Amino acid sequence: MNRFEYIRPATIAEAVAAAAAPGAAYLAGGTNLIDLLKGGIVRPERVVDVTRLPGLDAIETLADGSVRIGALVRNADLAHDPDFAHRFPAVVEALLSGASAQLRNAATVGGNLLQRTRCAYFYDVASACNKRTPGAGCAARGGDTRLAAVLGWSEHCIATHPSDFCVPLVALDAVVEIVGTAGSRDVPLESLHRLPGDTPARESVLEPGELIVAVRLPADAASFAAHARYLKLRERTSYAFAVVSAAAALRIEHGAIVAARIALGSVAPKPWRAHAAEAVLTGAHPDRAAFRRAAEAALADATPSGDNGFRIELSRRVVARALARAAAGTPARLPALPASPFAPAPGGLHA
Amino acid sequence: MSLSISLSVNGVAREVALDDPRVTLLDLLRERLDLTGTKKGCDRGQCGACTVLLDGRRINACLALAASCDGAAVLTIEGLAQGDTLHPVQAAFIAHDGLQCGFCTPGQIMSAVGLLREAQTGDDPERVREAMSGNLCRCGAYAGITEAILDAQRQLAAPDHAEAA
Repeated sequence: MNRFEYIRPATIAEAVAAAAAPGAAYLAGGTNLIDLLKGGIVRPERVVDVTRLPGLDAIETLADGSVRIGALVRNADLAHDPDFAHRFPAVVEALLSGASAQLRNAATVGGNLLQRTRCAYFYDVASACNKRTPGAGCAARGGDTRLAAVLGWSEHCIATHPSDFCVPLVALDAVVEIVGTAGSRDVPLESLHRLPGDTPARESVLEPGELIVAVRLPADAASFAAHARYLKLRERTSYAFAVVSAAAALRIEHGAIVAARIALGSVAPKPWRAHAAEAVLTGAHPDRAAFRRAAEAALADATPSGDNGFRIELSRRVVARALARAAAGTPARLPALPASPFAPAPGGLHA
Repeated sequence: MSLSISLSVNGVAREVALDDPRVTLLDLLRERLDLTGTKKGCDRGQCGACTVLLDGRRINACLALAASCDGAAVLTIEGLAQGDTLHPVQAAFIAHDGLQCGFCTPGQIMSAVGLLREAQTGDDPERVREAMSGNLCRCGAYAGITEAILDAQRQLAAPDHAEAA
């Protein structure tokens, strides 16, 4: 870990001013940043601790029916808020499928949005990485690409965004509230992250010093609550990042889909909304054939970034299965293994 | 730079002068407060050996900057027993063989105490296992750990233990 200056501002204005300086990084829950600091992957000159900023830890319903989640709300507190869980079950399933209980107690809403990729070449400071060192090249290209992107990637970067939380959020049209030195602005979550192009080190549209202060879900997002699921394929059933994940939310009236929301995780440099797949489902009967057509549409633009063509068909199957689960209805209580494709083995070998 | 922080550690108020903001809560406990019960396993948030309760919630002490914990109450494995009387979770780990080498045990026990406070699992062993997935045990004592937690939960729910935990 490099030496840095530690600042703990008391107001948002102070925080934004302190973080606008070159080489500054915000610290909230620390679950990603401290790990990156220890590995020498990020080397900030100044760490601006935002954990004491007032007014950023509330979950509120606004007058227009939208729900505003403060950026400092801890993942566990959001997941265990009964009213929020009732209205946005897929968001909670995604939250509880991520990390561990300890990490969810520390990690924040804002930090989750801005978490860095888990690309092994980004983490290995001996490997070339255009994200870590612009212009250095990309060791992932031609390397182990099993978990690399199949959508939205460029020849300069094939890393994926690993968030679970962001996947249902982007499907539900979440909006990010940002404060900077020039004032406040709202950005749709779908537009927060940038595609890598030839500048993969610039991962979001945030300007220096800009701080995420809240995430809003529009009132309409709760209308999917009866048919909303998150499905996460992992290499182990718990405490692992996704290989591929999908959020699916449907509004079904008189046996037909009147609105569909679909997004994919860990297959692209950003949480990936599948608008074309949603259009396929509007007006359709919720059956396997329709879900497969939607899955085809969701991956229509996918191309392997290496020896990872299997991820395209795997993603189609995850989308179709997430839709089937959503159509079957949101369970009254989340399963013991949230978002898992596997059910617990009844009377298992253990305990 | 020098930075002074205040912590309550196992119920005792501590003032600590930090000469370096890079000190994690884990290193503060082990290296500066001589509380070595909290273990350093991976030091990267992957194993759970460093689990402590921060303001009553389980976290990985290796991923928290001590400076950022200023003003908080920390509970470590050293603060769990009441004198010579073990906490019910500690006693249950012994009764159910929830350990072998013991290195992960302080983290397992603190995580289990946090789990019981969260009260999300009920008596479903599958939910207990899922809620303990942040604590690795390389000896593979998981079966005993799950039994110990379920047993401790039953004991703590009994009327004569109502004031514990």
